Amino acid sequence: MSMLKVENLGITFGGLKAVDNLSLEIEKNELYGLIGPNGAGKTTVFNMLTGVYKPTTGKFYLDGEDLTGHSSIEINRKGIARTFQNIRLFGEMTVADNVMVGLNNQMKYSLLDGILRLPKYFSEEREFSKRADELLAVFDLYNDRDTLASNLPYGKQRKLEIARALATSPKLLLLDEPAAGMNPNETAELMNTIRFVREKFDMTILLIEHDMKLVMGICERVTVLNFGTELAKGETSVALNDPQVVKAYLGDD
Amino acid sequence: MKNIFTKGFFSKLILIIAIWAVVALLMVSGVMSRSMQSLMIKICYYTILTLSLDLIVGYLGDLSLGHAAFYLVGAYAGCAVAVYTNLPLLVKFVLALIVGGAAAALVGFLISKAIIKLRGDYLAIVTLAFGEFIRSFVKIIPGLGGTKGLMGIPSFDSRLEGFTLAYIVLILVILVIYNFTHSRHGRTITAIRDNAIASESVGINIKNNKVLVFTIASFMAGMAGVIFGFYKTTLNPSDFTYNLSIEVLVMVVLGGMGSIKGSIIASVIIVALPEVLRGAEDFRMLIYAVALIAMMMLNASPRFTAIKRSFGEKMNGLRAKFKLGGKAK
Repeated sequence: MSMLKVENLGITFGGLKAVDNLSLEIEKNELYGLIGPNGAGKTTVFNMLTGVYKPTTGKFYLDGEDLTGHSSIEINRKGIARTFQNIRLFGEMTVADNVMVGLNNQMKYSLLDGILRLPKYFSEEREFSKRADELLAVFDLYNDRDTLASNLPYGKQRKLEIARALATSPKLLLLDEPAAGMNPNETAELMNTIRFVREKFDMTILLIEHDMKLVMGICERVTVLNFGTELAKGETSVALNDPQVVKAYLGDD
Repeated sequence: MKNIFTKGFFSKLILIIAIWAVVALLMVSGVMSRSMQSLMIKICYYTILTLSLDLIVGYLGDLSLGHAAFYLVGAYAGCAVAVYTNLPLLVKFVLALIVGGAAAALVGFLISKAIIKLRGDYLAIVTLAFGEFIRSFVKIIPGLGGTKGLMGIPSFDSRLEGFTLAYIVLILVILVIYNFTHSRHGRTITAIRDNAIASESVGINIKNNKVLVFTIASFMAGMAGVIFGFYKTTLNPSDFTYNLSIEVLVMVVLGGMGSIKGSIIASVIIVALPEVLRGAEDFRMLIYAVALIAMMMLNASPRFTAIKRSFGEKMNGLRAKFKLGGKAK
């Protein structure tokens, strides 16, 4: 069974069809790309898949379970985690605490345990801060663990966002333009990180991207969106050479 | 990771006892004037108020202008119990703290449920209106003295006793807030403040956490109200105007928001300032205002922040030298 199945998903904002009739299926451990020119509706798709927007039509299933119309919180608990195009970290908290917030839903100690500092508090805090450190080490952020997130350089902030999303132990990871604002070197490093995450955590990844080099480098299959509708779909190299896609990106002539 | 019985714990405990001992000694020996002795109690309940509002404004990041209302509910509920029961003073006080805190927490819980979707200016205006509403409402509840005020609240036997009890409550409040903000629940709350959308994306329930913070903060404000009642022995609705909410907010902002130490220092300074300036007679309010502006400007200036930081590092260095514990960098 596919990890994510999207059926005829669509959303209308007061008469404007932002996304129309989108269908796709992503297999477990696949790296899938969602691409398209500016304003094609890519982030809107993410917002529907994470419960920020409620789709007007269609359904989507994670691992066979219908999650259409659920709240962001429920969807995250069911196993979809995301990063944002414009980085959204907890800026005034340390790097380690950012990841700890991601781990929060797996921690069980109660408010009273925390306020009275009962043994459960110490044992869980110790256990999970170790897990946070392990996760940070994967992203080469361990030495920055006590830095405020807003003081991190840009590339590391992107990484921290991925680490935080992974901390919620998702089944599906949505990355919204991870390479935005990065130079070619940083992009190359990011490609390695994404590949590594996929292998190490056996992760299924859906990725929005503008950087064609990155897309061609790591995505097996893509869906190309334009004006909210699907333009092409399939193997990356095939889909990107589709005449319609070339036209959408480069214009006629 | 950390344990409460680290070295820092004992040095803090010694500091807590030392502060109490010094104030108690000054009171007993008569060095402190009566008004200074009252000031010590006043500092205690104001600090509790500031710390509790800091939970809402500093840690959760919501602007609330109705904090006086929770303070009022706690004061009236707790003190009414004290007026209408016949128990030893200490039992009455503890009972009043619990009833006052619980009543305020209940109101805080209900209010936060109602205003959960409001943010920023809207929240500020609604909490402001709510504060005034409660203040008018308490006048028509029978048995609470109406506009004349609730009278006959038992007073502390001595200023020293009053200070000691208030100080104990203050220390407990500090401890609870410290532990709360350093637990997973505290982390989620600062996460909501820093980025609400991101915190939802990692599965944090914003509504529940907001209600939780309002409930805890109003419980503490309610306890502060009870101390106030026992200290003044009469309660009047006019003691709880929005001026008080603003005054407490000033302390929170001055303390740097989201800082326990800052809140304590700011409340001590602002509460003590008018009293210390008593000698200046007519210029008192003027100097008070200038001092406030100066402190705000200093707080915002990068150079002063740098000085503060280097001072903090020096202190840490000193502490390490004398093996007193404290944060190792």
